[in-house]
Amino acid sequence: MKDPVTSRDTEFGPSEVKTTTCYMCACRCGIRVHLRGGEVRYIEGNPDHPLNQGVICAKGASGIMKQYSPARLTRPLKRKEGAERGENAFEPISWDEAFTILGDRLAHIRATDPKKLALFTGRDQMQALTGLFAKQFGTPNYAAHGGFCSVNMAAGMIYTIGGSFWEFGGPDLDRAKLFVMIGTAEDHHSNPMKIALSKFKRSGGRFIAINPVRTGYAAIADEWVPIRPGTDGALLLALIREIVEMGLFDREFLIRFTNAAELVNMDPASDEFGLLIRDPSVTAEPGCFDPENRLWWDRLTDRPTIARSEGSDGRLIGAFELPDGTAVKPAFQLLKDRVKDCTPEWAEGITGIPAATIRRLAHEMGVTARDHKIELPIAWTDAWGREYDTIVGNPVAFHSMRGLAAHSNGFHAIRALGILMSLLGTIDRPGGFRHKAPFPRPIPPCAKPPKGPEGVKPNEPLGGMPLGWPADPNDLFVDAEGEPVRIDKAFSWEYPLSVHGLMHNVITNAWRGDPYPIDTLFLFMANMAWNSSMNTVEVRKMLTDKHENGEYKIPFIVVTDAFQSETVAFADLVLPDTTYLERHDVMSLLDRPISEFDGPVDSVRIPVLPPLGESKPFQEVLIELGSRLRLPAFVNADGSRKYRDYPDFIVHFETEPGSGIGFLSGWRGKSGEKFLVGEPNPSQWEMYARNHNHFHYELPRSYQYMRNWNRGYLTWARHHRLVRFAEPIVIHLYSEVLQKFRLAAEGKRKGKQPPAHLRERVKDFFDPLPFYFPPLEWHQTNTSAFPLAAITQRPMAMYHSWDSQNAWLRQIHTHNALFVHPSVGAANNFGDGAWVWVESPWGKVRCQARFTEAVEPGTVWTWNAVGKASGAWGLSPDANESRHGFLLNHVISEELPALISGRTVSNSDPVTGQAAWYDVRVRVTPAAADEPAESWPQFTPLPQVPGQTGFTGTLRAFFAGKARG
Amino acid sequence: MSKKQLALVIDLNVCVGCHACVTSCKEWNTSGWAGPMPDQNPYDADPSGVFFNRVQTFECGTFPNTETIHFPKSCLHCEDPPCVPVCPTGASYKREEDGIVLVDYDKCIGCKYCSWSCPYGVREFDEVQGVMKKCTLCVDRIYDQTLPPERRKPACVLACPAGARIFGDIKDPDSEAAIAIRENGGYPLMPEWGTQPANHYLPRRKTKMTLHEDELIRADNPLKIEGELPKPPDGSSLDDYSSW
Repeated sequence: MKDPVTSRDTEFGPSEVKTTTCYMCACRCGIRVHLRGGEVRYIEGNPDHPLNQGVICAKGASGIMKQYSPARLTRPLKRKEGAERGENAFEPISWDEAFTILGDRLAHIRATDPKKLALFTGRDQMQALTGLFAKQFGTPNYAAHGGFCSVNMAAGMIYTIGGSFWEFGGPDLDRAKLFVMIGTAEDHHSNPMKIALSKFKRSGGRFIAINPVRTGYAAIADEWVPIRPGTDGALLLALIREIVEMGLFDREFLIRFTNAAELVNMDPASDEFGLLIRDPSVTAEPGCFDPENRLWWDRLTDRPTIARSEGSDGRLIGAFELPDGTAVKPAFQLLKDRVKDCTPEWAEGITGIPAATIRRLAHEMGVTARDHKIELPIAWTDAWGREYDTIVGNPVAFHSMRGLAAHSNGFHAIRALGILMSLLGTIDRPGGFRHKAPFPRPIPPCAKPPKGPEGVKPNEPLGGMPLGWPADPNDLFVDAEGEPVRIDKAFSWEYPLSVHGLMHNVITNAWRGDPYPIDTLFLFMANMAWNSSMNTVEVRKMLTDKHENGEYKIPFIVVTDAFQSETVAFADLVLPDTTYLERHDVMSLLDRPISEFDGPVDSVRIPVLPPLGESKPFQEVLIELGSRLRLPAFVNADGSRKYRDYPDFIVHFETEPGSGIGFLSGWRGKSGEKFLVGEPNPSQWEMYARNHNHFHYELPRSYQYMRNWNRGYLTWARHHRLVRFAEPIVIHLYSEVLQKFRLAAEGKRKGKQPPAHLRERVKDFFDPLPFYFPPLEWHQTNTSAFPLAAITQRPMAMYHSWDSQNAWLRQIHTHNALFVHPSVGAANNFGDGAWVWVESPWGKVRCQARFTEAVEPGTVWTWNAVGKASGAWGLSPDANESRHGFLLNHVISEELPALISGRTVSNSDPVTGQAAWYDVRVRVTPAAADEPAESWPQFTPLPQVPGQTGFTGTLRAFFAGKARG
Repeated sequence: MSKKQLALVIDLNVCVGCHACVTSCKEWNTSGWAGPMPDQNPYDADPSGVFFNRVQTFECGTFPNTETIHFPKSCLHCEDPPCVPVCPTGASYKREEDGIVLVDYDKCIGCKYCSWSCPYGVREFDEVQGVMKKCTLCVDRIYDQTLPPERRKPACVLACPAGARIFGDIKDPDSEAAIAIRENGGYPLMPEWGTQPANHYLPRRKTKMTLHEDELIRADNPLKIEGELPKPPDGSSLDDYSSW
């Protein structure tokens, strides 16, 4: 035996260490990859990386088995002559041929009707590039997966506090004393959250988890508060009521930093009803900021003054009359009126949480915020010029994600959360919520979609951003009749604030030709024929459905993926992507960077291995296509190719010629002496590599807090071009933006008007204050026939559908079961481990049930995306994932029939278009004794595709470098 | 008995069950001194493989008083390991210098007596090589002078995002591991077996908040500034009845 102490690992072969950034999930940790004989020997967390500080998770440490997955695609593929979509029958072609097929097709689309290209992407972390490509191409039909992920969280928070959770902000657990996690099991900000949560608990913090299920983080909570899915809004409104009624809010914070004291027009006859009162004598420069012309009622002189005038103090409560007789109320009074009846007893009936618990939670939050204040000895000046000696913190922190977001009532629930956090005075303060650059941003941010069909023209870039932030009904992207221009109907009156698009409706709409048929559906890294679509069985049929003339209803489908997903089978053209270890990549401030609370951070991936076979990074595909199509950003004035490749593009691209703003913010300037703004630096990649693949600018301490209103920070941010304006970003406790849409729906506002059939919907849901309504689907569901809520959670050891191909991770979650409370079994005559039918009004699945006490009894749940189609992902046709595992997606509909005047609309939040995954209601009944112990539906096993890595044999004894074993 | 006893102290108070320890152990060890760690049916039905460390998740209590416990488990490096005396070839042994229990694959004949005798079920049989394998506490890392001192730790400890795994000499009262056991009620598994497991577990600890009624009634209540508190008294007063 070799002595383990004296023998060296290098005796098995010399190894080298390279650094890059992980991509086993969206968290983006720094990693050190040890290579032996050209194979991955060990992947460890990089201790010199700010995000993960040396740790790594189960997925990150299993990157080896993803690199050597049997599902890798290594050759471009064309659907075989005579083969049908879905059969997975392909012939390999060269990249030249692939680019010719695609380039010619796209050139024709661009020259005739650019919107016939629909480019939609999954969790790609490169939206700045894909978005640029779409805009340059001229198609509005572009989005990433946000619409079916968590757009409610982004929109609800950004339209309220000018920032949001995860990439753009989060709980400051270093300083918090009370942490409330609601609607989160695992998290995108995975390792940083685990690091912070552990430190928080060890330093004596109190952790409360509000969730229908006790798994993941909730397992280590000091208190678990089970809640019925879809009812978070009711809980939050009751908490707000209790805080308001008990006087547990931070009055000074509300008055100075939110619009709580600002006066609202209460004259129902006025066209300005519900809008903030503004002094017309104040000159308001146009720009995407709110001019300082709002009024409040000065408590000291008992008359209206410009809000925040020195020496005045706004009233929060009361009803007043302006000198011209207009009735007005402070926004806070309207909030108080709104929540008056939202008693804890009312919320108990909806949420299932005892009223006494709700009351106590409110008191814990309020008393902790008020009596455990933090004062940091940091002097700063606010945007109106008031100087402070200290930064004050109220140490109550929240975190939330899809549990709140993935409901049709999620936008308002999240608005309520933003308001609760604001009432407690916790925004961008120590121990509360902290922003991350480039946030905070104006409410709403400046980018806007085109204003109408004229924004789409042959051979021209799009006349606006494909995705943006409407501030007003006139920002909607609709035609003269008020009908949608985008294939997913984003930014239309059906879902006006759909800031991330509605990817979940693209296939259905394109298939139906509503609002119009498209030519090419171009998907990148999105498993739309499986776990990323609702109503999966029908969506798969739409992908293969044909017109009477034999042509597919969606004429051409291009899929780019590194792996043999279920969606690959439906492609006409497959472009093999690389793994994360084989590519350059940027986590850019133009996109979703990895910023820390203390300042901007962006980062890169640098290849540690060569691309396998003929696989090619999708970034290179876009640069190549952009050059071939002569899209302006990718070519010189004479039409010649501008960028050699992706790394060259990243270094030299500027948002405008000479703007000095590019994809990477560090080491700009000719020799790397500048940051954020500066001319391109040819050695930028090397400089990132030397700094462990990231750039981190730590702000001066006086710029690290209160950034919505911090004069120093805002001026700095404008100077460094993070924002265009240095005006304060006042929190929208009351949303004037929403009221503008409501006024349009009431016919009280000039400009764009909703089509008649949508007026009521817009009027109902564009409420300037949050309100609770049961999820839309429940109105259409007989809830006694379908008494249970069904939800999914993502396991910590897997990232969506990605990890069943991973020999190690699939041993942790080989199949999924339906977790139910034993009372559900008792009521329906089945026992633990029984095979059951889960039925919703929309579909059914057969699966195995497992009993659990860690679930709210009216809820059933399962792990997301463990179930697979037989033969997909390099697994054998009889793998447990397909025979035993299942998708809940089959019982979830992407549309709700007859919701508006008999018309079908997306099963989404009516404000944002967020996919309402978690609204579904089901019943669970035992499968018959003679039914097979197998999940249902089953699909014809997929064969492997040409060039797929595959793995035959019943044994894998991986030993890097093959020195032995 | 060893003077030094290396061990893991696992803090169940912060373990979220992410399995980072499980796969980081596998990736380090499969290509190292203790490897390979084979996987059978890696992409077929019923995959199973060698893992030196596994996380078991279980529930206690009934709704709504339910606790979900994530419980990582690997060889406990017992001070009196029952797997050692039963080994007919001397392949299983406990290192004198640091108390780590190891298997010499060259001597192991795969009789599995050790796995029968281990009350904790932490031995892993490699069907391919025909030998018993188990956690080595990354003995091939922790003394490796070519690694920076702070990285001379078991892979699972380095990986753990929650810092729930503390590695050290539990016989050294000043070690982080010994202090953690002493100060946080660290306990061994099934001490009644007399195996004296070196690995310890730290229990869940609850932080509660006590609210006093008078904390809800405060002179600086902002409702007062707003003229909402205190509410003006209504009804009669002493003045209405007395005329001193």
